[in-house]
Amino acid sequence: MSMVDQHEENRRDFLIMATSAVGAVGVAGAAWPFIRSWSPSADVLAQATTEVDLSSIQAGQMVTVPWQGKPVFILHRTTQQIEAARKDDGDASMRDPEKDAERAKKAEWLVLLASCTHLGCVPQPIGTGEYGGFLCPCHGTHYDTSGRVRKGPAPKNLAVPHHEFKNDKTLVIGKALA
Amino acid sequence: MFKSIMAWVDERLPITEVIKSQAIEYPTPKNLNYWWNFGSLALMVLIIQLVSGIFLAMHYKPDAKLAFDAVEHIMRDVNWGWLLRYMHATGATFFFIAVYIHILRGMYYGSHRSPREILWWIGVIIFFLLMATAFMGYVLPWGQMSFWGAAVITNLMSAIPVIGEDLVVWVWGGFSVGDPTLNRFFALHFLLPFVVIGAVGVHVWALHAVHSNNPEGIDLEHKDTIPFHPYYTIKDLYGMGVFLILFCVFVFFAPNFFLEPDNYIQADPMKTPAHIVPEWYFLPFYAILRSIDFLGQMSKLVGVIAMGAAIAILFVLPFLDRSPVRSFRYRPISSKLFWIFVVDCFVLGWVGYNPADAVVLGSLPIVYVGRAATAVYFSYFFLLWFITVFKIERPLPVPKSL
Repeated sequence: MSMVDQHEENRRDFLIMATSAVGAVGVAGAAWPFIRSWSPSADVLAQATTEVDLSSIQAGQMVTVPWQGKPVFILHRTTQQIEAARKDDGDASMRDPEKDAERAKKAEWLVLLASCTHLGCVPQPIGTGEYGGFLCPCHGTHYDTSGRVRKGPAPKNLAVPHHEFKNDKTLVIGKALA
Repeated sequence: MFKSIMAWVDERLPITEVIKSQAIEYPTPKNLNYWWNFGSLALMVLIIQLVSGIFLAMHYKPDAKLAFDAVEHIMRDVNWGWLLRYMHATGATFFFIAVYIHILRGMYYGSHRSPREILWWIGVIIFFLLMATAFMGYVLPWGQMSFWGAAVITNLMSAIPVIGEDLVVWVWGGFSVGDPTLNRFFALHFLLPFVVIGAVGVHVWALHAVHSNNPEGIDLEHKDTIPFHPYYTIKDLYGMGVFLILFCVFVFFAPNFFLEPDNYIQADPMKTPAHIVPEWYFLPFYAILRSIDFLGQMSKLVGVIAMGAAIAILFVLPFLDRSPVRSFRYRPISSKLFWIFVVDCFVLGWVGYNPADAVVLGSLPIVYVGRAATAVYFSYFFLLWFITVFKIERPLPVPKSL
């Protein structure tokens, strides 16, 4: 093979690789808007917060409110329920150990995202599961009076959504997005 | 007149030649049994699904507020709408019946073995596409089972480490299954069948490149083949007649047999039905998913991996089986393992149909049955490799020709 041919071959290899690289970057760039179009749209993001009036919820009562299309349990806990949750704080068999005080900002109010951490079913109300808590009907996970997983296939505790007490009677679930 | 038109066309596009070589005179083994009917049956159901589906789409509304009522509108108000919907719903069931038998036939007679690996892989891809299409179609009526089935299945993705949670939000287009999810599932449910049509074209192309396997599992000489037409056109038509009779029995006399009563309740994101069951054709895989519940925090991820592996293992099946003989007719151990495998699939289906905390046979938690059946499922593939790679199985003498 002559020098000229080799030079030509290298030049061609380079051109093919450079063209392919530019093409790949171009395709990836053009794909981005399509991929992003599947992410939550502005109107979905706008439904970020829900306000709840707590004055009518008696001790021992639980209400379910929708937040971002998902149910949220708001439980006005009784003294026994609080005590039961705190008593188990140090339980070594807990799968996802958390102290009750870290989960309930105010001990009498427990706010939980009612979406089983296994596969997203809505657990049944307080008192249906072992440990006095919630039972998920789909695959039999039991959560205690602090919403912590104690038995069954779920990997994590029921999530506590971001929430703040605006005043003594109003709870705001979620965080307003800028 | 016709002849001269065809001559003009053939000069430009050789249609006559392709039909002659690929359909009419296409050499086909003379010993194919009735298990070889299910490929053409699957194609027939695919066409039924396409036609009924396109006409249903003309009356359906993919909107979370309108979808449930749109289906009832189809049932009550649209002329023959009830027939279109019952054909489509029953068609899904019959599609999977045909495809499962088609796959098992391939597994028994060694149709996945060399040189038909690519043919087999395209088949497995079609099977994947079919499951995705069926799943998204089941979401469209927007009943309770639609909604919670979609919630459970999409949540499987959240088991993926690091990106799982974000991926699920991306698929949903929101923070839960909702209107954006329904809308995109409708678009994909409409699109995927056409992808399947393309894949079926490649499947047939690959088949015609390597030709059909046969019950003996041997390479045939030309004298052992017969032309596809009229021998197999008539046999396929006969099979279609029998299959359509069964199909019509369900469409006209038991259209809700495979449907769940809970799906006639409109989707309610605030309330999960007491007992979620997937469609029957997903039950064995659902049972495998639920059987992995003894690994603590890892249960969910491992369960999802096991479920995916139960299907993905089909891809490597051509390389697991090392026997010099294709057909299980001549393989005494493999054929017994095969039937254990078939029974095991039914056991898994039964486990998947029951509630997770059910207790059977007096005091046996059903999850133990599920774990054992899951072990048997994967053991089939392991043992098939084991008995052939170490030549434990001694195949019976195989005929050289028919």
